[in-house]
Amino acid sequence: MSIEALAKDIAKIIGKENVLTKDADRQSYSYDSAVLEPVIPAMVVRPTEVEQLGLLTKRFYDAGVPMTVRGAGTNLSGGTIPDSTDSVVILTNSLNKVLEINEEDLYAVVETGVVTSVLAAAAAKKNLFYPPDPGSQSISTIGGNIAENAGGLRGLKYGVTKDYVMGIEFFDAEGEFIKSGARTVKCVTGYNLAGLMVQSEGTLGIISKAILKLVPPPKASKAMMAVFDDLIKASEAVAAIIAAHVVPCTMEFLDNTTIVMVDDYTKIGLPRDAAAILLIELDGHPAQVEDETNTTIEVLKKCGATNVVLAKDQAEKMKLWEARRMALPVLARAKPTTVLEDATVPRSKIPDMMRGIESVANKYNLTIGTFGHAGDGNLHPTILCDKRDKAEFHRVEEAIDDLFDIALKLGGTLSGEHGIGTAKAQWLEKETSKGTILFSKKLRKALDPKSLLNPTKQVNMYE
Amino acid sequence: MSDLKELAKKLESLDDQIISCMKCGLCQPVCPIFNSTMQEADVARGKLALIDNLSKHILTDADALAEKLERCLMCGSCQAACPPGVEIMDIFMKAREVVFGYVGLPLIKKLIFRQMLAKTWLFNTAMRVGAPLSRLVFWKTNKDHGTYSAPLLSPIIGKRHVRPLPLTPLHVAVGAMDTPAGSSGIKVAFFSGCVGDKMYVDMSKACLKVLDHHGVGVYMPKSFPCCGLPAIVSGDADGVLKQLKPSLDLLMKGEFDYLITPCGSCTATLKEFWPKYAPRLSKEYGEYAEGLEHKVMDINAFLINVLKVESKPTKAGAVKVTYHDSCHLRKSLGVISEPRKVIGLSGEYEFIEMANAEKCCGSGGSFSLAYHDISLDIGMRKRQDVTESGAEIVAMGCPACMIQIEDVLSQKGDKVRVKHTIELYAESLDK
Ligand SMILES: Cc1cc2nc3c(=O)[nH]c(=O)nc-3n(C[C@H](O)[C@H](O)[C@H](O)COP(=O)(O)OP(=O)(O)OC[C@H]3O[C@@H](n4cnc5c(N)ncnc54)[C@H](O)[C@@H]3O)c2cc1C
Ligand code: SF4
Ligand code: SF4
Ligand code: SF4
Repeated sequence: MSIEALAKDIAKIIGKENVLTKDADRQSYSYDSAVLEPVIPAMVVRPTEVEQLGLLTKRFYDAGVPMTVRGAGTNLSGGTIPDSTDSVVILTNSLNKVLEINEEDLYAVVETGVVTSVLAAAAAKKNLFYPPDPGSQSISTIGGNIAENAGGLRGLKYGVTKDYVMGIEFFDAEGEFIKSGARTVKCVTGYNLAGLMVQSEGTLGIISKAILKLVPPPKASKAMMAVFDDLIKASEAVAAIIAAHVVPCTMEFLDNTTIVMVDDYTKIGLPRDAAAILLIELDGHPAQVEDETNTTIEVLKKCGATNVVLAKDQAEKMKLWEARRMALPVLARAKPTTVLEDATVPRSKIPDMMRGIESVANKYNLTIGTFGHAGDGNLHPTILCDKRDKAEFHRVEEAIDDLFDIALKLGGTLSGEHGIGTAKAQWLEKETSKGTILFSKKLRKALDPKSLLNPTKQVNMYE
Repeated sequence: MSDLKELAKKLESLDDQIISCMKCGLCQPVCPIFNSTMQEADVARGKLALIDNLSKHILTDADALAEKLERCLMCGSCQAACPPGVEIMDIFMKAREVVFGYVGLPLIKKLIFRQMLAKTWLFNTAMRVGAPLSRLVFWKTNKDHGTYSAPLLSPIIGKRHVRPLPLTPLHVAVGAMDTPAGSSGIKVAFFSGCVGDKMYVDMSKACLKVLDHHGVGVYMPKSFPCCGLPAIVSGDADGVLKQLKPSLDLLMKGEFDYLITPCGSCTATLKEFWPKYAPRLSKEYGEYAEGLEHKVMDINAFLINVLKVESKPTKAGAVKVTYHDSCHLRKSLGVISEPRKVIGLSGEYEFIEMANAEKCCGSGGSFSLAYHDISLDIGMRKRQDVTESGAEIVAMGCPACMIQIEDVLSQKGDKVRVKHTIELYAESLDK
């Protein structure tokens, strides 16, 4: 069937206004937040009811058209860049109803296109808490969060998206409806297919709805900043705090390059000669927060923090966090292209990773600012460059190769939260095994014999 | 310019600015158009990609780009939220100029901007003839707002509830002014803006009353042309220059310490765009406009930061007032706390913050006419926040927002009144 005929057919299901075929419209779905070449799809469709997802998938499957599902298109690994110019992009952002916030059983039921912060706000309105808070939460969709298993600042204490998924409804490549999980804390009915959908990057099925766990919000919180003249001391402090049985809700790290650049820009008076700062927030019951604050300060001092600043009130807390909030904007302003990496290592290996990043920056003559989630060993080395400078960008690509090698040698992983997509697919075997790639391909072939769901993502079905 | 290649080349000069877009999408949740249409091509990330694509010959449909560029309120929300600080408004202005120049300004717009707005007398006559006439064609619909819907004009303005034009505009009612500095020792030039001159005349009078009350001298020539914003957003550079020259000529004839406006959009235009366009007239005009940049000030900021007016304690039973942030005031000029303080000056009003005060109201000059449905959809969200706040009055610092918010409240028959912050303060001076 020609694409025009298909478009007409689809329009009967979702309405003409929801089938986009004009150049300008298709071109605006050719990219996402990854620094990769765009690919312009043949058609873009926007279902307005979740049931339409199944009908659409069936049509496209029958017609043999590759499909890429797109939430907000903020992933950093190319997961929503179409696989070919024959692809169709399925938009989920009109499937955006919060269907239920249950105050008795502490869960939410949402459609896939609900924006993360909208869910968080809906929960907060009923005095409940949805903790996963990726930096993109004001834009990203729940479907995208599940499909990438998005993390965030609160990962250390509260976990990541997968820890909140109680159930998922989705459609497979051929449009069959699948339901897994329940509104109950316990559910062992059938395979854990909801678990399989987490992190699946649009390759196994199209999520339509999710049941997500909510928790009671913490009653109190306290924020502090610790200054270190030595990276090793800073990372020892991270381990020591946890060893003292204190689990902060966030424990963020900024390196010297980032501190100096943020201070240049904001003039908020950061310790410019510090090797690193840690921004720590504790939350929970007031008495417990009080107690843990004292323990944390003690441990920080023992580990050699040259200064610990405790926020006295909300305003001071906001000021402390300003440094972290401004990290990405300030780095991004320095050069035209910002490559945000995501290598993750066991907590104790942070100093080795930082030394590795420094040597890579020197070797390839690049500026790399690093910040990230110290508690999770999840660092974001951010390479500042100009992708129009071919020679420099080639050095950037080599530097990324080296960074992955270093992370893997330290027992770490390619990606803590930004996903594999096409950006990192080529390194997957190195971290896992040949068998892993084969198993993944067999799994996909069985579920999607024509390889039409995001075929080049995670493992390339065309190879 | 008829050659697509030439257009692409002109757009290529924007590459250095566009390249800083990291495609993070953080411009998305703040874009009023996107929130209404959910289309990527309507958000800054999408528009920038399309401009870039045309410059690289990936997109060849200039009309489509023009249409996408026009689906924009030029509210600056995206730029204020952009982590790498892409100069989005500047890029849009430049792209609009070359792309609209290429596809040709729609005839009606050309007529309005070039003819009416530049020739103040023509605009004024049309409006004065229009004022009594408007009472015939407008039917009174909501007496709380004094707004009318216009069944006969509905093909042009849709089902809008706008107030009829007053019989006498400001420049007729008050005329030219040139009073010396009083007790404050300060003299200002007062630029009412076209909405302030022709529609919200009482608001402009309130400003003059407040300035007089604080011993501020006023220079106000008989009538300024429009600030030029409608022409700027239409990419009509010739139109901008035709309005800018007479404005600068008039200002050059006066002496003043500050140039004050009651319109957030005018303030932003005078401050940010005049210095960019004036050098095209001549070096002398360019330097003059550049010098003005530091004198231009919003009237709320003037009251609080220059006159340093102190607020009185809130009285018991004070009227509840909420505030809507005009995009230009908040996002371009950073005037955020001052208008809120102005509400609290007299003690007669109790300020309450509404949800989403910083979100655009959807008023965008010709945009509201061309994309009435989207504009209305955005406006209705604002209406909901206003009514849910429980305030009796919603105040703001921009007459263009006043038109839009009066419209949506009136359409739903709400009792909440719309006022300029300065009007509230001026009324309290009589109490
Ligand atoms: C500024 C910025 C900060 C970020 N910070 C973080 C962070 O702190 N932590 C973090 O983990 N990530 C972060 N990210 C990455 C990104 O925001 C997350 O991966 C997010 O979960 C993507 O959501 P989305 O709706 O944009 O998904 P998209 O980008 O649209 O899609 C992502 C993947 O999910 C698939 N998908 C989407 N919807 C469905 C569906 N309904 N069914 C099946 N598959 C689907 C897509 O095909 C694609 O492969 C950040 C990104 C940016 C730009
Ligand atoms: S916020 Fe700025 S950098 Fe991010 S996508 Fe929008 S324009 Fe680009
Ligand atoms: S200026 Fe306003 S309407 Fe235009 S793209 Fe930016 S946020 Fe959207
Ligand atoms: S900005 Fe708008 S309201 Fe102000 S003078 Fe110009 S057109 Fe009139």
